Order: sequence, then structure tokens, then C-alpha cells
Amino acid sequence: MKRIGIDVGGTNTDAVLIDGEKVVSAIKFPTTADVMQGVVNAIGHVVASQAPGASPIDAVMIGTTHFTNAVVERARLERIAAIRIAMPAGASLPPMIDWPDDLRESVDPLSFMVHGGHEYDGRPLVPLARDEIRDAAMKIRDAGITSVGITALFSPLTAECELEAAEIVRSIIPDARITLSHTLGRIGLLERENVTLLNAALQGLGRKTIDAFKDALNQAGVNAPFYLTQNDGTVVLADVAAANPVYSFASGPTNSMRGAAFLTGLKEAMVIDVGGTTSDVGCLVGGFPREANNVVEVGGVRTLFRMPDLLPMALGGGTIIDPETRKIGPRSVGYRITEKALVFGGDTLTTTDVAVAAGLVEIGDRDRVKHLDKAMVADLLKRIEAMVEDGVDRMKTSAEGVSLIAVGGGAFLIPERLKGASEVLRVEHAGVANALGAAMAQVSGEIDQVFSGMSRDNAIAEADRLARQRAVDAGADPKSVVTLDTEDIPIAYLPGDARRVRVRVVGDIAFMKASQKQAS
Amino acid sequence: MIRDFEASEIDPLAVGAWILGTGGGGSPYLAQLNLRKLYKEGKRVKLLDPLALDDGDAVAVVSKMGAPLVGQERLVDPAHLARAMQLMEEYTGRKFRAVMSVEIGGGNALSPFLAAAMLDIPVVDADAMGRAYPEAQMTSFAIGDLPMYPLTLVDCRDNEAIVAKAASWKWMERISRKICTEVGSTSATCKAPRTGKEVKEWGVLHTVTKAVSLGRAVLDARAAHTDPIEAVLAHEGGKVLFKGKVADVDRTTTGGFLRGAAQIEGLDDDRGSKVELAFQNEWAVAFRDGQPIAMTPDLICLLDTVSGEAIGTETVRYGQRVTVVALPAPAVLTSPKGLEHVGPRAFGYDLDFKSVFAA
Repeated sequence: MKRIGIDVGGTNTDAVLIDGEKVVSAIKFPTTADVMQGVVNAIGHVVASQAPGASPIDAVMIGTTHFTNAVVERARLERIAAIRIAMPAGASLPPMIDWPDDLRESVDPLSFMVHGGHEYDGRPLVPLARDEIRDAAMKIRDAGITSVGITALFSPLTAECELEAAEIVRSIIPDARITLSHTLGRIGLLERENVTLLNAALQGLGRKTIDAFKDALNQAGVNAPFYLTQNDGTVVLADVAAANPVYSFASGPTNSMRGAAFLTGLKEAMVIDVGGTTSDVGCLVGGFPREANNVVEVGGVRTLFRMPDLLPMALGGGTIIDPETRKIGPRSVGYRITEKALVFGGDTLTTTDVAVAAGLVEIGDRDRVKHLDKAMVADLLKRIEAMVEDGVDRMKTSAEGVSLIAVGGGAFLIPERLKGASEVLRVEHAGVANALGAAMAQVSGEIDQVFSGMSRDNAIAEADRLARQRAVDAGADPKSVVTLDTEDIPIAYLPGDARRVRVRVVGDIAFMKASQKQAS
Repeated sequence: MIRDFEASEIDPLAVGAWILGTGGGGSPYLAQLNLRKLYKEGKRVKLLDPLALDDGDAVAVVSKMGAPLVGQERLVDPAHLARAMQLMEEYTGRKFRAVMSVEIGGGNALSPFLAAAMLDIPVVDADAMGRAYPEAQMTSFAIGDLPMYPLTLVDCRDNEAIVAKAASWKWMERISRKICTEVGSTSATCKAPRTGKEVKEWGVLHTVTKAVSLGRAVLDARAAHTDPIEAVLAHEGGKVLFKGKVADVDRTTTGGFLRGAAQIEGLDDDRGSKVELAFQNEWAVAFRDGQPIAMTPDLICLLDTVSGEAIGTETVRYGQRVTVVALPAPAVLTSPKGLEHVGPRAFGYDLDFKSVFAA
């Protein structure tokens, strides 16, 4: 099975080609102003590295920060309409109440709160107000808005209201692109609605981006299904991703950690991913990044996304050092390292210069850092070591020494021996761990809903079955699906032994046989 | 005596209240959003020192009641809390001078503020627990054997109920809980009105101020990159009991409550040791390697080791890095009569109360 993994970052576009477990080729290109040209170049390079007559590529996995960046930059978002079906509940907190003002303005929303929705036990809160939805749809149509987010009370348990509202909207706006909250979110109306509306605002960009990737693949002569990596190290089919850009928000660090797991074969370890400006320290648990404890904000919006638990540190290859005080960072020369750093003829002392002077790595012109005082270089290395040790210590969950895998373009900054680490692992291709992580991503399925009127065991079994079904629907090979995480919370005060069950499963991608591909 | 409650105090109040919630009481986030919005609309709340109450003043005691999970969907609405108070005024024929919280722990710390902003009456700087507890008979007013009725309960669909009388605090709990469950397990309630004299004698005083300054200490520590947990301990005279990682959470619903235990495996100095945190909505007893090391009414708080943020009994989960701390309880709860209501036996543990802070 041959896969291409691509990671489109702000500084570099990385690509790798793997065949089974073997890395065939890898390349790092600076990200170009025309992002897609960089993608075409990167794919072209890894494809061309194959022997003539090689078998075709089975799949392409792309990790991108496109969608997160759009939210963070308040750019490329489209005008949206929000329909919330929960009245008379929640009237005091209208949609987007907790969005930053500038983000809300950039999507210029039309918001409607209509009567309907359900209770936790499946009873209607009040009858669904179809006429209110019709009125809203006509106003949305008259405003020329085509991207609509619909959120109904307790829809993760009962999606009826959302589905019916979508039909009404579609009957009035046939070309509407509608996001339904129950397909994206968990219990927690405000956070689920936030995600739904972010998703609505990214509809146009989602489609455009996927189409551009498709073109890039065609230009590079690759005809294979392609996937986008998600926040949790798994992937979804590109066409699913186009409809749900929010699934693909965070991928860089996640992919790096998954790549580190792949390169070392370790399932439990710590990973430090050293970039140009920052490093991320994270933990692998069962081969996946450990999730964060707390609510995750994207571009200032509160969501219930699963995101990796990462400790960002202001330490990268371009981090600026003050030679007077010997203070390291937090500022960095970033992508301008090739003009600013001493080894490239610049006038700014960076961590890379120190590493070159100490003989840790060969970058640029070593003679340009010959003059650096040996004692200072040694002292700075000590300081870097202390920073890394502190970061590792803060993320560690056991006092025993753990294996630390160093990846990323600046991995040379990580010392050979560290307090708290039993070993520091460096691996070939560490610089493109993110693209590797993308290449080996899996698909997941998740269920998070309230079950009542059945035993705990039955509820968990049922949730597991539904999660597996979701994973298979998303492209997983049913035989490879394993349960990754299961959690159940009986609900205080609720009758009928009600419990909220959350199950997450992952599986390998079921690649269609060539014959099936032609048939579809 | 009476002062403006500043907009800048809203967030610290929420942070402090969530810590004092001892695992229960629900996250204050939605109430926080509501209060910020009311302030943005120009509404203001005044904070009244309970010692400035006249003996004959009528004081409302308001709270959200129900399942935290339902609260996450059916977002709290200030209008309903205000309506519960008005309904009580209509029923009793008496005007309220001020409003107070039944529990300073969790989201209910902000409930009186939401009602007060709507009705333009002051909030009393006091509550009836100094923390959070699950049931009506676990208040300082119940410990003081004060009258437990009437109670009003309001739902978003114009369902309004009045419990005119109850035979005991426990009966009031049972009857009102039944109504609450029927309207979808979330409602706004106004508990038995209190007189100024009762508040001064039996309230837990100045807890709003305390929650705000606790929250501020945590937020300042975060901003300065110092240890927020140290800030909590210094502020409250608390003790660290244990540091570790959540290894397992076992929850069961019995008798309409969330009961169970979180297992925490020790890290750092506590390695090789295990703590079990037993809970009934709130953390009730902490056992270290089988031996009780802290118990209600001492406040047992589970905090995120890095941020100092409180973790609730419904949100605690596998893998979280946590610090268990104990904070001293208000004197009314540790009195012999108080222990009958909220000591370990009130939660079904056959233990004599032994405070973490006993000399």
C-alpha cells in the first residue's frame, strides 16, 4: 500500500511517499505564496523518485492549516445565517454570544431563534414552529445568504428538528449549504452551535481548497483518493472534509506526534517537535497524542473539540539570543532565518548559530560562528537544555524516565541527555515527521450521547456499535477497528439510569481495490 | 455597606466559585456570559453587606436546580430566576429587599446576580453553604432549623409551581426535586424567603467577596506564571493532599444523584500511592491507600495541576493531571448540628468527622 503524506505549513510544505512501512522518499519545500504550486512541486518530487513502472499511489493524505488560519485571520469567511431551534429555552444567550466581535462581524450573520427542540429524554420541548423556520428561510434567501447553520436543543440525542428544518430551508433555498449541529458536536448547545457556525462560515473555502488540492494532484499525475487529516490524528475523505472544514482545524502538531510514533514504533513516549519559532511538547498515549484537559478555543471561539494536549515553548531554530544577557527568546527570526542568522551572513544570534558553533549540526557557513566564545556557547546549550527539561517535566505524567522523541526541523537543539528522559531518540526523516504522520493517519468514529432504559453494559455496547458504524461510514476497514477510548457518565437527577456514553474508535483506511475504484 | 459590583469582578467570581464548588454546582460559564451581557446592556448590581440588613428585611434565596448536563443545553436565563422571585413576592405579598445565593460553589454563585440585574435589587454578600452541596437540607439555614417553605419553581415554558408547605427540609428536597425532573431536570427556584435577622445569624457571610478574591488570586498567578494552586492554598489556608493523574472514574446514578469515585495515581512525591475520591455530586471523602484523609464538610477540591482550574465530578476524566487540595469549611458546617446535616454520615460514610485542619 503506497501513500503520500503532505503537510502544508506556514513555513514549509513537506511531502513523503511511503510504501507499507517503508519511507520511499521525502522532501521539504518552502511554502510558496501560491500554496498549491508548492503542493504540486512536492507531490511531483516524491512521485518522480520512484522507479519507472512503479505501481500507482493508493492514497494521498493532506494536513493543512488553511481553515484554522482563515478563522484566526478573520479572512476568507463567508456570510452565514444561524437558526437555533430551542425557544423558549436559551433566549438570553443568542447565537455567537461568546464570539470575538471582529470574528462575528466578519461573518455578518443573520440569526434566528425559533421554537422547538427536544428534552434530554426525547420529549419535544415545545412543538416545532415550522412557520418560524419558513419565515427565517425567506429572510435568509432575500439576503442572498446560502450558508446556513442549524442547531436544535439536544440534537445529538434527537436530530428530528434539525433534519426537518433543513428540509424547509432547502425547499426555499435549493442551493443552500446547510450544516446541522448534530453531525459535528457533542452535548453543550453553545459550543456545538459555535462549531456549526464556524463550519458554515468555512463552506466556500472548504470547497475551494479541496478542489485546488484535487487540481494539484491531477497536475502531478496522481489519481488516488485523498483525505484530509483531522485534529486527532485521523483522516476523513476529502469530500467529507469539504463539507466539514472544522474537522480539519489542527493537524500540524498532531501529525508530527503520529509521525514520531510511526518512526520509532513507540506507542507511549514524549515527543518534542521543534519548529522555527516554537516547540511543542506532547505525550503519546497508545500511539495517539494525549488530549487536552480543557475547553479548546479556535480563533477565540469556545469549542468542544478534541485537541492534542501540547505545551508550546518559545524555542525553535530561529529563536533570537541576546548575547549580553544570554536570554533565549521568546522572539524568533522565523522564516527569515536564511537572511538573519549569523551562519547565513546575518547579524542576529540564533539558537541555530549556537548549535552550529557547538558542532551539533551543519547549517549555513560554520566559519561565521567561529568567533563565538566557547564558554558562552556551552552556557547557552545548558540554558536550552534547562528549557527543554522544564517543558518535559511539565508534561510528564510519571516520575520515571520516559523516552523522548525529537522531531521537526530544529530537532538538533535537543540535547542527547536530559533529566527526566530515559533516552532521547532521533530518527531518520524526523524533519518531515508531520508529513509522515499525515501519510499514516487512520479514520475514527465517535459517539457521544445519552442512553437510558438499559443497563450500563448494554449502553456502552450500543455506543461502541454506533461508533464503529461511524468509523466504517468514514472509510475504515471494519476488521481493523479498535476501541480507543470509552467513557460513561450517569446523569445526576435524571431518571431511567440515564448515562452519557462517549466512545471513540479508530481503524485503518479500507482502500478500495482498483476494480472498485473504476466502478465508482 | 453597599457597593457597586464591578464588571471586572465577574470573571474572578466565576473562577473562585468553581473552585469552592468542590466538584459540584456546575460550571459557571453560562451564568458568566449572561452577567457580562447584562452589564453590557448597562445593568448594574450592587453588593450589600449582610450586616447592613435590617432584622425585618425579606431576602430571596435563588438558585438553578437540576442536572448540570441539561443546563449545558437549556442555557440558564436570568428572566426565569427573576420570575421565581416575583412569583414568591406575589405569593407571600412581601417585597424583597435583596437576593442571595443558596450556594457560593459553582454556577449558582452567579444566580442571584442574574436575578438582581433584572430586578434592580442588591445581592447580599453571603450564601448558605460556603461551598456547594446537592440537597436542600444541607444548608446553614436547615442546620439552623429555619422554616423550609414556601418554594417557587419556574420553567421556561410558563410552568410555575409553588410548594406551599413541606414537613421537613428533606421533604422539601424530595418534592421540589420531583417537579424539577418533570419539567426537564432544569428549573429556576426561589427557596424559602429569609429575614435579615436569619441571614445575619445563619448565613455564611461575605462569601461573594471571598470567591472574588480567590478567583483573582488564581487569575493573577496564571498571568504572572506563578503556581495558581499555591495561590489557592495561600488564600484559603488550604493544604495539598495529593498530586497525581486520574487513572479511573467510576460513576453510578443512585437515588437521583451522581455517586462514585475517581482513582488518582500519585506522581512526584506521591508516587506509589493512590487516592480514591468518593463523591455524591460533590467530592465527599478522600481515601489514601484505603485510609480516609479528608472528608466533608472540609472542602475537597480537585484542581488542574497546571492551570489551577477546578474540575467537576461530571467532567473529571482519565488522564487528567490533578492536585487534590483541602480547604477549611465554615464553622456552621463543622458544629455538631452541622455535622448531622453534612458530615460524612449524612452521605452514608460510617466515619467520625476528622478535619484536615484539626490541631
